[in-house]
Amino acid sequence: MTDTKSIMIVGVGGQGTLLASRILGYVLMEAGFDVKMSEVHGMSQRGGSVVTYVKFGERVFSPIVDQGEADYILAFERLEAARALSCLKTDGTLIMNDRAISPMPVITGAMKYPDEIAEKLRGKGVDLIACDALAMAQESGNAKSVNVVLIGVLSALMDFSNDAWQRALVACVKPKFLELNKKAFALGREYAAANLKA
Amino acid sequence: MKQLMLGNEAVARGLYEAGCRFLSSYPGTPSTEISEAAAKYDEIYAEWAPNEKVAMEAAIGASIGGARSFCAMKHVGLNVAADPLFTVSYTGVNAGMVIAVADDPGMHSSQNEQDSRHHAIASKIPMLEPSDSAECLEFTKLAYDLSEKFDTPVLLRTATRVAHSQSLVQLNERVDKGLLPYEKNPAKYVMMPGNAIRRHPFVEERMEAAREWSETSGINRVELGEDRSVGYITSGVCYQYLREGAPDASILKIGMTNPLPVKLIRDFAAKVGKLIVVEELDPIIENHVRALGIKVDGGKDLFGLLGELSQNKILKALGKATPDAVDFGEAVPPRPPILCPGCPHRGIFYTLSKLGVFVSGDIGCYTLGALAPLNALDTTVCMGASISGLHGFNTARGPESAKKSVAVIGDSTFMHSGITGLVNIIYNEGESTVIILDNSITGMTGHQENPTTGKNLKGQPAPAISLEKLCEAVGVKNVRVCDPYAMAEMKAVIQEELEKSEPSVIISRRPCVLLPGVKTAPALKIDKEKCKSCRLCMTIGCPAISFIDKKAQIDGTLCVGCDLCVQMCSFGAIGGNEK
Repeated sequence: MTDTKSIMIVGVGGQGTLLASRILGYVLMEAGFDVKMSEVHGMSQRGGSVVTYVKFGERVFSPIVDQGEADYILAFERLEAARALSCLKTDGTLIMNDRAISPMPVITGAMKYPDEIAEKLRGKGVDLIACDALAMAQESGNAKSVNVVLIGVLSALMDFSNDAWQRALVACVKPKFLELNKKAFALGREYAAANLKA
Repeated sequence: MKQLMLGNEAVARGLYEAGCRFLSSYPGTPSTEISEAAAKYDEIYAEWAPNEKVAMEAAIGASIGGARSFCAMKHVGLNVAADPLFTVSYTGVNAGMVIAVADDPGMHSSQNEQDSRHHAIASKIPMLEPSDSAECLEFTKLAYDLSEKFDTPVLLRTATRVAHSQSLVQLNERVDKGLLPYEKNPAKYVMMPGNAIRRHPFVEERMEAAREWSETSGINRVELGEDRSVGYITSGVCYQYLREGAPDASILKIGMTNPLPVKLIRDFAAKVGKLIVVEELDPIIENHVRALGIKVDGGKDLFGLLGELSQNKILKALGKATPDAVDFGEAVPPRPPILCPGCPHRGIFYTLSKLGVFVSGDIGCYTLGALAPLNALDTTVCMGASISGLHGFNTARGPESAKKSVAVIGDSTFMHSGITGLVNIIYNEGESTVIILDNSITGMTGHQENPTTGKNLKGQPAPAISLEKLCEAVGVKNVRVCDPYAMAEMKAVIQEELEKSEPSVIISRRPCVLLPGVKTAPALKIDKEKCKSCRLCMTIGCPAISFIDKKAQIDGTLCVGCDLCVQMCSFGAIGGNEK
């Protein structure tokens, strides 16, 4: 369906991609869209590559995002951004946490971690927003808030009010961690807003 | 108001609304969350059983006892429960009974890619196949009505992309018909030959009646589009892929996979030009259509027998255009799953790998011990096969083999089907050594309680079965308990037990590091002056350790201070988290 928008959230198992997709899904559902999200649980969550698909529109059929279909890719790690690239629309936007986590084949020395991923992506004409989400998460008070920082960055590119995102945070985040995550979200959102103006 | 729900949560909601009163399951990706979500409804009694066979038998008993009952399992779990499955088909039900089975095309988290529709056909049990969360809820409720209408259990088949996808569902109230009376009826419930012979014709008649119902019930839906040059027959999530890729296509969407309709397919085929069957894995629908003498112009020849389909895979197979994509242009190293930082299994596998013993593996997080750099496992087949398989291996290869081999199995898997293998070793005077990796939880499926953990599915305190007493009770004389973080001690214990010419069980006990309440130590650091770049710390395969600028480096956000690498380092270069 032509009006269906597709978002991919990719990262490393344990980085909190599921919470990011839940916050996004809440905003989309509240806005009245048909929404489908696809997650992978089980073995892949143990430090492997993880992918969550989020799709919305008037009527969504397939729960997955295929090659060349993603309007936005939210990558929690550089290598995962490179891996997911083929799913990005040619005019889509890639938001990347500019940070490397070595996979086991790199740790064992069997393979090399590609260098200068951001530069290579830009060289291919990809609309890339590379940010240090970990630094922003640490600034918010918890290194684990990388997921919410990145949702904050994405929020600045989408047409939903800050209030809508705040309601989603309240609904999806444990009350104990709410204030911390609100700060992380704000840092990401402000970063993107500043970056887009520039 | 509509809610966004996982397919699995929607099945659980369907159970609630249908008045289900009894649930018994064993966890298995991608089915697990059904039972976890259902356990949150006070109206549903919900339990983890030690395995799928026990779960299904408990659900059969509850149904005969008058309660709408349920069990859920992954595709390979249905193999474990196949024995009761094939005979509950004959007994039928008292109150409705639904069996959810979740297939895993693409093997995201499984050891094979079996198509469970074969089980429905072979056991002669109706099977419904939802394609999104709304249908998960609706079909679950319908399954109970069909179960009681046709006196049969009903299989509800999902796949990863239905079970683990979220979409919108409309909630309704629960309708509970209460507990039905139980009346003794041996002709129906005692399946000895004389009775079973009389039940078999009923089973065949029932399936014909179910087929007749499916022709017109609306569970199978014809959507004639503008383009009728090609008609597609499909089911489950493949319907969603196809509809997305071909918005104007004419589709017969199958909701009841067994028994498949006949008239409906003939009518549909007559209304369209070519006929193409779109299904993942095996050609179940395709073979049915061909057997009716209807020409199939495309099926497995286009889509293959392997893995998942997608909108683009379908379009490509049909020779249609797909969106342009940008390629990264160089090899992207794969990121396989790994044992977590601080995983209690890591040290054991390092030691086993160093000892060079044959390791008979099993199903769980610890299957990851097969991957580089640990490379510890020799075999993994199915739940429980580590112990029984090792016995066969050692018996075949003679007494010396038992001194150079171990089985590794988790606490939950041991309770599932490891104990019977141990009984076999004792009874047949084997000498094998079994290591139970007791991390106090069912790990890989996402932390489910089991009979050894002291809690039940509802999260309430429960009797904890003692692994050591259980092993002693079946006759194992050598039962040792060890902390896997203490690598030297563990190595010595393994060597001692391997030397003995009798069976041993070593219980490697430490809770999963991801469990709430497990205290971890602060992150370790590497003293770059002391690091001699020997890379020994890299050989344990910890994702927190990498090699940067010719020195080992520890990622402080991943390290949980388990001290394994400290034990590896001969130069005292790792530390920095002392209290």
